Amino acid sequence: MSPVLDIKNLSKNFGSIEILKNINISIDEGDFLVLVGPSGCGKSTLLNCIAGLEPISDGGIAISGQDMTHVSPKDRNIAMVFQSYALYPTMTVAKNITFGMKVRGVEKEVQAQKLQEVSRQLQIEPLLNRRPGQLSGGQRQRVAMGRALVRDPKLFLFDEPLSNLDAKLRVEMRTEIKKLHQSLGASMVYVTHDQIEAMTLATKIVVMKSGVIQQIGTPAEIYNRPANLFVADFMGSPAMNLVPASTSKTSSGFDIIIRRVGEDPLVLSDTKARDLPSEVMLGLRPEDITDGQFRNGSAKPMAPCKVSVVEPAGADTFVVLSLGGKEVTARLQAETSAEAGKSMEFCFDLNKASYFDRDTGHRLSV
Amino acid sequence: MVTTSLKSLEEIRTGSLVALPRVITFEAWKTAWSGACTGIQCEGLQPYFWNSVLLAVPAVILSTLIGALNGYVVAQWQFRGANLIFSLMLFGCFIPFQVVLLPMARMLGLMGLAGSIPGLIFVHVVYGIGFTTLFFRNYYVSIPAELVKAAKVDGAGFYRIFWSIFLPLSLPIIVVTVIWQFTQIWNDFLFGVSFSQAGTQPITVALNNIVNSTTGVKEYNVDMAAAIIAALPTLLVYVVAGKYFIRGLTAGSVKG
Repeated sequence: MSPVLDIKNLSKNFGSIEILKNINISIDEGDFLVLVGPSGCGKSTLLNCIAGLEPISDGGIAISGQDMTHVSPKDRNIAMVFQSYALYPTMTVAKNITFGMKVRGVEKEVQAQKLQEVSRQLQIEPLLNRRPGQLSGGQRQRVAMGRALVRDPKLFLFDEPLSNLDAKLRVEMRTEIKKLHQSLGASMVYVTHDQIEAMTLATKIVVMKSGVIQQIGTPAEIYNRPANLFVADFMGSPAMNLVPASTSKTSSGFDIIIRRVGEDPLVLSDTKARDLPSEVMLGLRPEDITDGQFRNGSAKPMAPCKVSVVEPAGADTFVVLSLGGKEVTARLQAETSAEAGKSMEFCFDLNKASYFDRDTGHRLSV
Repeated sequence: MVTTSLKSLEEIRTGSLVALPRVITFEAWKTAWSGACTGIQCEGLQPYFWNSVLLAVPAVILSTLIGALNGYVVAQWQFRGANLIFSLMLFGCFIPFQVVLLPMARMLGLMGLAGSIPGLIFVHVVYGIGFTTLFFRNYYVSIPAELVKAAKVDGAGFYRIFWSIFLPLSLPIIVVTVIWQFTQIWNDFLFGVSFSQAGTQPITVALNNIVNSTTGVKEYNVDMAAAIIAALPTLLVYVVAGKYFIRGLTAGSVKG
């Protein structure tokens, strides 16, 4: 079966500025693809290109095997939810939802029936006669989703749909979108700058920067095996610790040596590493640096480090230490005994460590 | 003006200018409406009043509609050179009336519209488009572009989006434009006197003729009444439309 969305060698220029460079993405039926990246990385432009709202300069887009490169948005069998919801302000909720069907000349009875289905599904039945101005942010969001759902499209497009909501509502709607995706089994493309949204929703993540795809993969792949320093730093909160280190080969693997100011260098041994250059960038997730007291398993390297800041966050306590001239965050249990200014034993789990080339920033395969 | 228009000529001559009339008479109003002489015709303002209505109403409607469509295009359907065209239209707002008189006269002659009411309508529409486009463009730029995108995905075309989404949103700016255009067109004298002939003159020209072409006694009461009649429709537009203007503003504020 052909992929639901197939983007081949897509490029997009505004004048002489390249916005998107050689994009290749393909997703299957039921995939939830999240485009994530910092502001201005071209993710929204890419979504608009998929929707047909922006012409592309080069390459092609196919939806369900049909070439859609030069097809107008209404014939692409897509539905889109916008950041500002873009509800028609002078129409009631019901008219907002049925507007697309009305334009396409769908019969009145079918319209009414679909409206009823969708409004029941989204629990917006009591709102049908109101205008968008009389709705709260979350309700508007639902109506915008309703407008997309009645279309029953091959592909749903979401352009940062949650960024206008407050923190609590955002988490609720996020869960709701995920439920919707599971119950519909529909294919979705979702743009966000929020890496947590990306991790929680996606079955497949595309990390972008300056119009170039940095990495495509499942959330776990992106999180555990980032392809370069940018992805490592961008995905995850707190960010992955990136520390310059030198290496030396030993009989059982590699010693990773991290210089410290005013203290002996920290030497960690990684038995998994096969081949490393003498200078690397070591990437360690905060949860891979843990409290030495609560160590489980034996073979993990331990080392004393001086704690500079302790940040309790309820479930976890984040501890900042200084390694290799950089601040490094460790995620400890809430009941840790860490105290600012004091030294304590930390356990470094190099099992999931990533190594990057210091010059190119690319991941070194271990 | 009102007091003078309600006095008899006798009283005007003997009384002071600001005194209230001792005997109220609507004689002067009657004369002004249907009996005052402009040159040799003594039909009062009546026929010219209808000329002005026939002229102002279509001209206002046409220039507002065209302005709305232009503003919609310039604000939401940016094409190559859109800004240049908009700047040129803005520039058009600053061209003094007198400059276009001769070219416009030639143009109307070529179009076969010289001296007719449709000709005058054409002149006012052309002259008004600059302003109306400016009004609507500035109103429509504040409407998020995502609205147009959403409608496009929904399958609506250029005119569908305009009729179903933009026009219903435009009440406040339509009222502003109508007030502006109606005042301009109704009060215009220069185009009216230049591009009309006997029988198609608008009310401002007729008023001038009544006031300036009296023979014998100057009938101040008739002049005053005529002036008020000529000014009445613009006043009315302000009062009636002004109310909608406020409503339009409050409606907009709930929109969110």
